[in-house]
Amino acid sequence: MDALGILPQQLVFGLALGAIYGLIALGYTMVYGILLMINFAHGELFMIGAYVGWAVLVWLINAGFGGLHPVWVVPVMLLMAMSLSGLLGMTLERFAYRPLYTRGATRLGPLISAVGASIFLQNAVMLTMGARMKVYMTSVLFPRSWYVQVGSVRVSVLVLMMISVALLLMWLLNVLVQRTTLGRCMRAVAEDREVAAVMGVNVRRVIAVTFLLGSALGGAAGVLVGLYYTQIDFFMGYSAGLKAFTAAVLGGIGNLKGAMVGGLVLGVIESLAVTFLNPAYRDVVAFVVLILVLVFRPTGLLGETVPQTNKV
Amino acid sequence: MLELTDVVAGYGPLQVLRRVSLGVQAGEIVCLLGGNAAGKSTTLKTVLGLVRPRAGSVALQGERIDGLATEDIVRRGIALVPESRRIFARMTVWENLEMGAYSRRQTAPAEIEEDRERVYGLFPRLKERATQHAGTMSGGEQQMLAIGRALMARPRLMLLDEPSMGLAPVLVEQVFDIIQAINRQGTTILVVEQNAAVALSIAHRGYVLQDGRIVMHGAAKELLDADDIRRAYLGED
Repeated sequence: MDALGILPQQLVFGLALGAIYGLIALGYTMVYGILLMINFAHGELFMIGAYVGWAVLVWLINAGFGGLHPVWVVPVMLLMAMSLSGLLGMTLERFAYRPLYTRGATRLGPLISAVGASIFLQNAVMLTMGARMKVYMTSVLFPRSWYVQVGSVRVSVLVLMMISVALLLMWLLNVLVQRTTLGRCMRAVAEDREVAAVMGVNVRRVIAVTFLLGSALGGAAGVLVGLYYTQIDFFMGYSAGLKAFTAAVLGGIGNLKGAMVGGLVLGVIESLAVTFLNPAYRDVVAFVVLILVLVFRPTGLLGETVPQTNKV
Repeated sequence: MLELTDVVAGYGPLQVLRRVSLGVQAGEIVCLLGGNAAGKSTTLKTVLGLVRPRAGSVALQGERIDGLATEDIVRRGIALVPESRRIFARMTVWENLEMGAYSRRQTAPAEIEEDRERVYGLFPRLKERATQHAGTMSGGEQQMLAIGRALMARPRLMLLDEPSMGLAPVLVEQVFDIIQAINRQGTTILVVEQNAAVALSIAHRGYVLQDGRIVMHGAAKELLDADDIRRAYLGED
């Protein structure tokens, strides 16, 4: 089939992939916004979310859905993965990062600790779950015959579900950050930690909650990726993490809308690369984008220049 | 109201405050004068728990507050107008005021609304700009917002760090008139300033800080007439 013929199909695929990248990228960008640190273990929280989702799915299938209507299986998987990834992210912050950043060590300290946490989590999962990949029995929930046909484009119900869940979570996060007191505190801490504390904000708690939320989104992305690719392994967080980090930088690191837009743009760029170039160039294109952004627009697409307060 | 006794504080190996003692009585305006790096801001940070004293004590209304977390200290009724304002630039004016009231989020919303109206009454410009991003406002407007934000905490004691900094002389006068008005409505004030003349013009009493020590204190009038002050602050700017 010619490239143009499958283009619409590839664009939908790109959007689904991009929504996932965006979901993971939010975790990077939230943590960066508040601590100016890259949580290199974030990809592993995504991977662990995929494992939790897998375990729940296997358990539910063996239990004959435990009396649950199949519609509820994905929400239960998401809920469990988000809770566990979220709690794990919070634990990392408490024990691997906080002791370093509160001591006012260099910014490199928590960063190195994050790399260590990443290696630790990969190996912990490999040792406990085995090095072989696990298989998501997606077809039990989403038979291949479930799709929607619009003109020449055929979109599976699974992909529609992925896009909707990712967009819903992004929307919820946006409402939380923009409209609630907690979100206002998060923005205050991100902008000026000291003044936020003087306003009475418990800065440590806000940082912990930021890790909880960002990691939970990563965990949800893990479930969606597991359902889509049907195969997961302990190393999956590495490349997904790098891609999502690229998306965060592309959109402007520290900027929530940037992470969402960056994810979608990167997903679409990748799917175009797959369509018009050799699919093997997929990762090359993604990282060329990262390099180009860093060289020509280091603040990212939506990177803002904060108006400076007038100083003498 | 506020009592610092022999406070020693600093950052890492750097000692900034060397046995600072000062007191602020309820209802007073007290100014803390001194040049660059004399330790004025560090004094305020120590009161707020942002810097931990290595020795000495800080007491608010007879109770020691050194050692408490910052959020617990401000809940006891202290608010800060920070140096160079430090308003939340990416938030709207309304949101900045909301952050100011955060320490008393348990109080009835109606009461907070009342205080917002009071702040709008004091600074009508803030009401006009309520939905605007604070970072887009002029320096003078940002200073008003910083003061308004502190007022939203309905503090018993308001700390101001260099409120005249970077403002045109007309605005400086206006800001200090407002500080005086806030004091008359019952808020105790501790203001840190390099601009001694304008600070002493509204203060009841003043302290002079030099190299981390209080080198002089007395009634504002006495300090205004003191030769040392005139000399020190003529050489300052």
